[in-house]
Parts: sequence; C-alpha cells; structure tokens
Amino acid sequence: MSVPALMSRTSFVELNARERARALLDDGSFRELLGPFDRIESPWLARQNIVPQADDGVVVARGTIGGVAAVAIAIEGAFQGGSTGEVSGAKIAGALELAAKDAKAGKPIRPVLVFETGGVRLQEANLGLAAMADVHAAVVALRRHAPVVGVIAGMIGCFGGMGITAGLVSRLIVTRQARLGLNGPEVIEQNAGVEELDSRDRPLIWSLTGGEQRHAVGLADDLVADDADALADAVRAAFERGQPAEHQSERIAFWRGRLERLPATPEGPALRKLWMGDRP
Amino acid sequence: MSATMSAALSSRGRTWFEAIAGGAARLDGGPASVLAADVAIGGDTVRVISVVTNPDNRFPRAREGEVGLDEGWGVAARVREVFGPEKRAILAIVDVPSQAYGRAEELYGIHLACAAAADAYASARLAGHPVVSLVVGRALSGAFLAHGYQANRVLALDDPKISIHAMGKQAAARVTKRSVEQLETLGEEILPLAYDVRSFAKLGLVHELIGGVDADAPSAEDAAKVTARIADAIADARSRPRDLSSRLASPEARENRAASIRVREALAAQWG
Repeated sequence: MSVPALMSRTSFVELNARERARALLDDGSFRELLGPFDRIESPWLARQNIVPQADDGVVVARGTIGGVAAVAIAIEGAFQGGSTGEVSGAKIAGALELAAKDAKAGKPIRPVLVFETGGVRLQEANLGLAAMADVHAAVVALRRHAPVVGVIAGMIGCFGGMGITAGLVSRLIVTRQARLGLNGPEVIEQNAGVEELDSRDRPLIWSLTGGEQRHAVGLADDLVADDADALADAVRAAFERGQPAEHQSERIAFWRGRLERLPATPEGPALRKLWMGDRP
Repeated sequence: MSATMSAALSSRGRTWFEAIAGGAARLDGGPASVLAADVAIGGDTVRVISVVTNPDNRFPRAREGEVGLDEGWGVAARVREVFGPEKRAILAIVDVPSQAYGRAEELYGIHLACAAAADAYASARLAGHPVVSLVVGRALSGAFLAHGYQANRVLALDDPKISIHAMGKQAAARVTKRSVEQLETLGEEILPLAYDVRSFAKLGLVHELIGGVDADAPSAEDAAKVTARIADAIADARSRPRDLSSRLASPEARENRAASIRVREALAAQWG
C-alpha cells in the first residue's frame, strides 16, 4: 500500500463492532436491532460478578449492501473476548433465522457475519454451546437460499465453535491480521503442552492460522487489506458472485484427498507448497 | 478420575454402538475411529455412527475418541452416504471427550472438518432425514457440535457419569482461572455451568432422558429398551418441523432459556 493510501484508509481492525457493521452497509442505511436501549443483557453474568453489557457484545443491523436488503451481524471482541453467550448467540442465530425466512419467501437478503471471538463464553457454558448449535443450524438453513458472507479482521480472530461457523459460510474474507482455527493457541498449549505449540510465538501462530496462510491454502476465499472501504467492496463483490457451486464443508472427497498429502512436519510454508497447486 | 472409570467411559461409544448395532455388518472404509452400520430399528434402516478411541490413530491427538480431522470428514461422509429419496434416519451415538487439540489439526483445518460433520447432520435434517443423537458418555465442546448437536432429537442416558459441557472441567478451570472445586460449586448454583445430564435436561435441550439401564455394560434388555426409545424419537422427528425449534418449545426451555426466546421475539418485531 502506498503512503497516501495508508494515510487515507480507515483501519477496519481498529473499528468496534457497531462501526464495523456500519462500514459494511451502504452509507446511511444502518439501522440497529436490539440496540443498547433495548437492554437485553446476559441473565447469567451478574451473578458471577461480571458486569453485563447492554448489547451482550453483538451488533445486529439491517441496511443495504449494494442496494440490496442486508443484515450485518458483528461480534464485539472488546466485550468478554467476543464470546458467545445465551443472548449474544441468540442474536446471531435469531437474525440468521429471520434472514432465512426472508430468503425462503423470495425476498432478497444479504447476510454478513463479522467474527471476532474465542468461541463459547465459558461463564454461560452450556447455553453458549446450545446457541452455537443454533447458529450452525441457521447458517446451513440460510445458505440453501442465499449466500452467507463471513469476515475475519482480527486481532482476536475466530476460534471455538465460531471457527466451525466460519467453515460453514459461503464465502470467507480475511485480512493478514486475522486468525482462524478451532482451538486457540493458549488452549492447545494448556492441553497438549508447550512442545506441541508455544502460544507466545506469534510469528509461528500466524504462520499456522493467520489470514495469509488460510487464504494461500484455500481455507479462506479472499485476502483483503485492513481498510474499511476495501472490505466493504470485497463483501459486496462476494454477494455479487452468488452461490458457490459447492460449499467447502460439502467437499468431502476434495478435502480428504488433501489430507492424504501432508508435509513431514506441520509447518505453514510446507503445507502451502503441497496444497497450493489445487487451491479451491 | 480413576483409571478404571476413565477406561469405562472411553469405551462407551463402542459399547453402545455394539449394543444397538448388534449383528449388523460394520461398514468398510473411513477411519477406524468412526464406526458405522445400517441397523433395522422400528421399520427403518437407520445409519448408526459412533466416534471411538483408536490407539493407532495417525493423528496422536485424536487417539482417545476425540473428533479430529479424519473423524470430522469421516462422519460427514457417513451421513451424506444416506442422502436420498428414502429419507432414512440417522443415529449419532455420542461419547466424545473433546475435539482434538493439536498443532497439526489447526494447520490442516480441523474447524472445517468439524463444520463438514455439522453441515452433513444439519443438511440431512433439513432434507427430511430424522436425525437422533444418543448421549452415552461425554458430549463436550466442538466435538458435540460436530457429532450429535445438530440432531432433531437429543436422547441421553440418565447416568451420573455423563458429562455435557462447552469445555472439559480441567481445561475450563484453567481458562477461567477457577479451581475444579469452584467450578463444581458454581455449577450447582448456575444451571448452564453444570456438567451433569439432569441439569442439561433442565435447559430444554434433551428430548428424553432414559433411565434404568446399565450405561457401562448394557444387557440385551437395556439395548432393547433404548432402541425402542430411539424408534419413538425417529417417529416423532418425522412428524415435526425439520429445524431445531423444539429445543425452545418445552416448559424447561421457557423457564431456563427465556432470554433465547425473548431475543428472537424482539428481533422479529424489529426486523422490518
């Protein structure tokens, strides 16, 4: 990126969830549902001495994308690590369910999910997990009728059950700052030991799960600079492409074939060499 | 947990697969950790799938019954093989301690492998295949999301050793900086934090708890009893909506998932 471009761009990574949703919707079209004034908070956090937040860390906004009716669902990484609780999970699943209802009835809808989360909120444990199952169900139901676009900007990335959600979307857009996985590096280190993975080795972590690596091997579709306008353009373009011929999570023979071609040691660059030739 | 208890738990997925599948032939192909058979249950030919331990698993982090790369894609394949006009039922036998925690798993896309399994079960359900899961041991975290949680109907044995949660106790204690004892006390006070199956059922997420069977060593009568409950759940799923709305409809859900219901009502009112 040139110096003038760097000076004029707005970093998407640095935006909060509300600003991110606004940035992806057409100018002036943002309308938040269940905003802070509705005060639907987590019923479980206060009794664990955690101050709840009025939006429970998820912003749901109607608007348009490229002039077509849309819903932007953005997770706020600054509240409880973007974790999925009962309310935040129900906001995501509920919005996707309504989008599916519209799409099934023939009403155009462009649903975009902005991930920033470590996964299920352990302070709401089983209700977070139940909400996550609802989110998966809703994405699979919705994408039969309309493509679902996902964005991972960073810096938290997208892990846990929400990493599974990212594996279900029709098209996934990432930045270089993004990370995508199932288990976060800290959880792997705690469970399998530092010799399995040193969670403090940031270059190593990004070489395994970072946006550039994920894009290089086809686990993400588009790699976009950390620029709000560029990401909004990429999201719009993703919807204009329409449905993929096949979703990645349906391509069993392809991915099982790839798992027969693995490097001698689990290193990002080695995997790129093996897999880049047939990047999906 | 004592070694014997751990060993008993880790074999429940296989024990119940054998109890339900009986003499039905094991299907060839797929990893050794994903058992599958087509079993006659209540007039249906049900595809039965269980993820089990395999000490020789090529991925060391998936040897204890975890859902790893081969298991996620293997389960997805077993489910999708059934797709067709007959709308055959699918049964997931669930005893999964966790997803596989490892560096190779992350690099090679375990999130997508788990997505493939969840996708297959959800797509089966949406296409009209009744999908039932039977929790016989552990139903933890991403492993349960991949294998079992997309079912129309979740059945569970009413057994004190069953454990259902977003994360195993030891790991959850480390991540939340609490002791295991503190977690257990909190679970008694705050329902969604509990690990036991009766607390889980109070959230409205279980279609039926099945008691009065030996969960570690089921007799022929136990197997017959559970199979009859599976047949009923399949019949029930066939006659009801294909989504997961039943999980929000029970009296238990109205009480303990009230916020999940309220959020949906408010969203619908403001959707426009």
